[in-house]
Amino acid sequence: MNSISIQAPRAGVLVRRGRRRVGRGLPAALALLPTALVVLVVYVGCMLWTVRLSFTGSTLLPRYDWVGFAQYVRLFANDRFLTSAGNIVIFGILFITGCLILGFLLAVFIDQNVRGEGVLRTIFLYPYAMSFIVTGVAWQWFLNPGLGLQKLMRDTGFPGFTFDWLVNPDMAIYTIVIAGIWHGAGLTMAILLAGLRGVDSDLWKAARVDGVPAWRYYLSVVLPLLRPMVVTATVLLATGVVKLYDLVVAMTLGGPGISTEVPAKFVMDHLFERNNIGLGTAAATIMLIAVVSILAPWVYARYVREEGGRV
Amino acid sequence: MLSRTCVPVLALALVWSTGAAAQQYKAEVLHWWTSAGESAAVKVFADAFAKAGGTWVDNAIAGGINARAAAINRMVGGNPPTMAQFNTGKQFDELVSNELLRDVDAQAQAGKWRDLMPKAIVEAITRDGKAYAVPVNVHGQNWLFYNTKIFADAGLDPPRTFPELLETGEKLKARGVIPLALGGQPNWEHNLFRAVLVGQAGADVFRGVYGTRDPAVAKGARFKEAAEIFGRMRALVDPGSPGRNWNDAASLVITNKAAMHFNGDWAKGEFVAAGQTAGKEYGCTIVGESGGLVIGGDVFVFPATGDKAVLAAQDRLAGILLDPDAQIEFSKRKGSIPVRMDLDVSSMDACARKAHDVLRDPANQIEAMELLSIPNFSGAMQDAVTQYWNTPGMPAEAFVDKVVAAMRDAG
Repeated sequence: MNSISIQAPRAGVLVRRGRRRVGRGLPAALALLPTALVVLVVYVGCMLWTVRLSFTGSTLLPRYDWVGFAQYVRLFANDRFLTSAGNIVIFGILFITGCLILGFLLAVFIDQNVRGEGVLRTIFLYPYAMSFIVTGVAWQWFLNPGLGLQKLMRDTGFPGFTFDWLVNPDMAIYTIVIAGIWHGAGLTMAILLAGLRGVDSDLWKAARVDGVPAWRYYLSVVLPLLRPMVVTATVLLATGVVKLYDLVVAMTLGGPGISTEVPAKFVMDHLFERNNIGLGTAAATIMLIAVVSILAPWVYARYVREEGGRV
Repeated sequence: MLSRTCVPVLALALVWSTGAAAQQYKAEVLHWWTSAGESAAVKVFADAFAKAGGTWVDNAIAGGINARAAAINRMVGGNPPTMAQFNTGKQFDELVSNELLRDVDAQAQAGKWRDLMPKAIVEAITRDGKAYAVPVNVHGQNWLFYNTKIFADAGLDPPRTFPELLETGEKLKARGVIPLALGGQPNWEHNLFRAVLVGQAGADVFRGVYGTRDPAVAKGARFKEAAEIFGRMRALVDPGSPGRNWNDAASLVITNKAAMHFNGDWAKGEFVAAGQTAGKEYGCTIVGESGGLVIGGDVFVFPATGDKAVLAAQDRLAGILLDPDAQIEFSKRKGSIPVRMDLDVSSMDACARKAHDVLRDPANQIEAMELLSIPNFSGAMQDAVTQYWNTPGMPAEAFVDKVVAAMRDAG
């Protein structure tokens, strides 16, 4: 998402310059052409095809009849899809805020010139190097009441200790959030740490002279300076939210019951397991609409308004 | 589960690497038999084919869904394998209606398939009076595996009906064992529900729900009774069940922690791997008044082709798959029973012999959900069952409503 929205206007700029200075602009435009074509044909083309299929009664193979909004009516009467939609909102909000807060704290912590910084940085970033499948399986074991944390605590002398979120339909989605934050906080830390290193140390000295407490300095001075990094981290984390699938498959398989189902899994199951392309593509279209409606104001603010203001 | 991510890559690599031109008796076989027992089983066919002078190109793709998707994509794309595995049932319906499969009716008539195989299996491979797939085995899906030691220690007999099972379960629970080991994933919860439905409400109700999708059956007293018993079975499962893999559930029975486990006969592989023998450390039985066995199985389909060399290879393969020795040896390793009912199964284990005996009576042959139902409805049922199972306060009436809604949606 990020790369598309960033590349598109630049290509336009290059083409415009190319008209003035053909010798320099044309090769660049030519070099960008394949990417632009791939984006247009593969991404946009497949999106349109998906939307078209969502208005058909396709089952195993695509069919090109027209059933109107029948699939959408079924979709919004479907318990599982509604649960999925609710879950992705819960996960999205908690995961992104959780990663940002934890990542920021870790970055500030590492920025204190602690000893063994390299080792700590590696440890914190390490979870991100693991696939969601490994993360999911590991956390499934760790949180399983009969195998992991609960059993460990009970065996070591706390017989009343209970932590059964993983098998509790009301709480299971939060275990996915925990595993997700564990996985994503390190990356957020790395991005924010890079930003912290760019903050002029004179600012800190000035703040000290003015008697500003450390927490106030980070909150009111450093955090605003880190805005571009926070935006980058948020965008990266948000893509993780939209495509959330493998973590759920590895950790809970959508269970207990349907309590941890997510939209991407709904789409995958209906496309490939249940031979229901019509319903699956309808769900995919709803996901697309949701993403676009969140992204559109941002793209508008970032590119359209800024460019309009400058010219 | 690890395989989920690497499978598409692997599949792609295999698809790219196996696009070579067909030679005499060269057969590329696409299947999803990747576990130790399964690959030993498929090797029986591969060896027999090699002995007959063929070259068997093994294209194993982990995970049935992935393998079927790969097979379908390649057939639609015009570069099909020589032979592809499917489950008996509706998975290849649209391939037949789009004329992507070769009909094997000549082989079926020559081999007297209609006399030798269970009727449900023959019907499941037949479309418009013609056979379109070669069945290779029969799997029973509603077996109760039980730990003989736990039952002997408790002085109890394995239950014969589901009300009895509830009673027995409570007694076992009082003794501190897990009465029922369940892999708490939606498809295994659904498998358990089907075992209860067929055992308690009978084959007609089972067919009425999954086959004809008759709302009147779902609203009937017998369906509701089965649903209530299923609901009461929640109390027999340990709290660690949600999310558990089926093989971990089976291993609870193997290690004397749990008394009973419902599963298909493929679970035998776990007992065998642990060095246990059917009838000794563990037993298998069918619960329910009807005593019917829910059967499905594996088939191979031959993608349609005009290439004479491929056709010849396919003919040869069809013969090998149903060869008596290969049938027995394959099923021994796979945990299934031969699809040919005329074979001598005395060399097989106690559970397989029992299955063979039960299936001799056609009244006991109950076609599995995969044979009766379209995947769309099966999936919707699975959602309904897993919701019901995991919501302890949910009354059976609410579950019935969900089932009726699923029937209406499936059309």
